Amino acid sequence: MNYVIIGNSAAGIGCVEGIRNIDKDNRITIISDEAQHTYSRPLISYLLEGKTDINRMKYRPDDFYKNNKCDIKLSTRVTSIDNEKKTVSTDKDEIIPYDKLLVATGSRAFVPPFNGLDSVPHYHTFMKLDDALALDNDVKENSRIFIIGAGLIGLKCAESLHYKTKNIIIADLAERILPNVLDNECASIMQQHLEEKGFTFMLADSVEVFEGKTAKMKSGKTIDFDVLIIAVGVRPNTELVKAIGGNVNRGIVIDEHCNTSLPDIYAAGDCTESYDISADVTRILAILPNAYIQGECAGKNMAGSDCIFNKAIPMNATGLLGMHMITAGSYDGVTHIVKSDDTFKKLFVKDNRLVGYIIIGDVLRAGIYTALIRNKTPLDSIDFELIKDKPQLMAFSRTDRAKFLGSVV
Amino acid sequence: MKRIYVNEKWCLGCHLCEYYCAFANSNIKNMVDALKDVTIRPRIKIEELQSISFAVSCRHCEEPLCVKGCISGALTIKDGVITIDKNKCVGCYTCVLSCPYGAVSPSDHGVMQKCELCTQNGGEPACVKGCINKAIVFEER
Ligand SMILES: Cc1cc2nc3c(=O)[nH]c(=O)nc-3n(C[C@H](O)[C@H](O)[C@H](O)COP(=O)(O)OP(=O)(O)OC[C@H]3O[C@@H](n4cnc5c(N)ncnc54)[C@H](O)[C@@H]3O)c2cc1C
Repeated sequence: MNYVIIGNSAAGIGCVEGIRNIDKDNRITIISDEAQHTYSRPLISYLLEGKTDINRMKYRPDDFYKNNKCDIKLSTRVTSIDNEKKTVSTDKDEIIPYDKLLVATGSRAFVPPFNGLDSVPHYHTFMKLDDALALDNDVKENSRIFIIGAGLIGLKCAESLHYKTKNIIIADLAERILPNVLDNECASIMQQHLEEKGFTFMLADSVEVFEGKTAKMKSGKTIDFDVLIIAVGVRPNTELVKAIGGNVNRGIVIDEHCNTSLPDIYAAGDCTESYDISADVTRILAILPNAYIQGECAGKNMAGSDCIFNKAIPMNATGLLGMHMITAGSYDGVTHIVKSDDTFKKLFVKDNRLVGYIIIGDVLRAGIYTALIRNKTPLDSIDFELIKDKPQLMAFSRTDRAKFLGSVV
Repeated sequence: MKRIYVNEKWCLGCHLCEYYCAFANSNIKNMVDALKDVTIRPRIKIEELQSISFAVSCRHCEEPLCVKGCISGALTIKDGVITIDKNKCVGCYTCVLSCPYGAVSPSDHGVMQKCELCTQNGGEPACVKGCINKAIVFEER
């Protein structure tokens, strides 16, 4: 048995650990077009802030590949898959045979064709360790930063530069910040917090044309910048699977076993579509926990086990300049709002289930809510008033509590 | 493996487990110095309502969502025990988002902390040793 994994990040590493759970010996080859030992992608912003360093941000220890008997090929790009011969080809002219293949190619930054973008001497995206290092190099004390995209990546990037410069302008086509994770009300709370810290937002606005280091906005405003960062969104890397006729919509289509439509080819992570059980829809869930769990599930199946992952939901925990927020699920159904001095919380209830929540401020124990969504717990089986106030196990029945606290879970 | 189990029937709600936990993890020799005039941040916490009370700490799940979801690789599971590398943790709170029991919480230093079964403190967990009514036990189930 010969396992090959394309991608050396969360999904790829999950796959290695999934395989090694079952198969301790057979060869695993990991191929990555990045040059580094596996690192934690979301930590690139923490790196710039100095909250971690290149060594500490390694996703797994130095001896990971050795301990897991992996051949690692860095700085090597897979150019095609031959699913008949069961081989992959690389840009180093190698042809590598596989019995079971995982495609864990993740996503890349999407750069829209802005008018005049080629007149800008240089622009950045913020996805990879190399991107972070290049950005760090270009941003000086008091540089004027212009970020397009007020989503998570754009704002984490902005946060990471805040210690160097307060001249940060962030534009977004949407009328609120964090359009994919917050609703209007919650977004305005976070926006106010970030504005108090010095960020400037230009919402419901976009670039009409770039003229060198000047952006002319649709609203008529003009922005002069030293450093431009484009963070409008990501696109899944699906080309390898598409080229050989695998089923691809927006992301690679996989089933509950993380199998693609092609035999012996699995896919996991940001390059795939997931079935979001909180909303009953298929969508791309570009989040690390999902990538790891899918990768691990694929790995177990590649090694002959029968593992299913059918609990995917959107979810996110983020702090921005000292304010924490946790969100999960979908924002549908009846809204329950709970406010206190330092916290704003919304719970979304539909058909006797919690389907989503947003908490800004005191986020402690939020995972108890997440579990209600994942497990589709009928709300009439718990004390909803109690749990609405604060996430707590007290809201469950005595029998459930005995199970949680008195047995192996 | 041995885990901490809680039987709410025997819990008196005395909060001693919280104090023993905070003391054991304080690295301070003297209990008074460790606990006097400080807001403790124990890794085991009592929930109480009217006549019911019970302690909650990490369940050391067999399929730990906190470990699988950890974005930094700080949380790991080894021989069933889930521990956190404070050096690697950046305090993103993804584990707070993931844990179904609400058993991971921030430490005094911004990064997260959780029950590690007193593996660093030698022998039996301090909360278990200190529980006067044996509502918290450390055993194989
Ligand atoms: C700044 C930032 C902050 C984030 N913050 C969070 C957060 O707080 N919480 C969260 O849950 N998620 C966060 N994410 C998202 C998270 O990083 C991703 O969901 C996760 O990394 C997905 O893992 P993956 O293994 O699927 O793909 P990726 O991490 O994208 O890895 C795929 C790898 O495959 C390589 N590759 C692609 N094609 C080929 C090829 N043909 N040959 C060889 N190698 C190839 C890529 O170069 C890459 O190294 C953040 C992302 C960014 C950029």
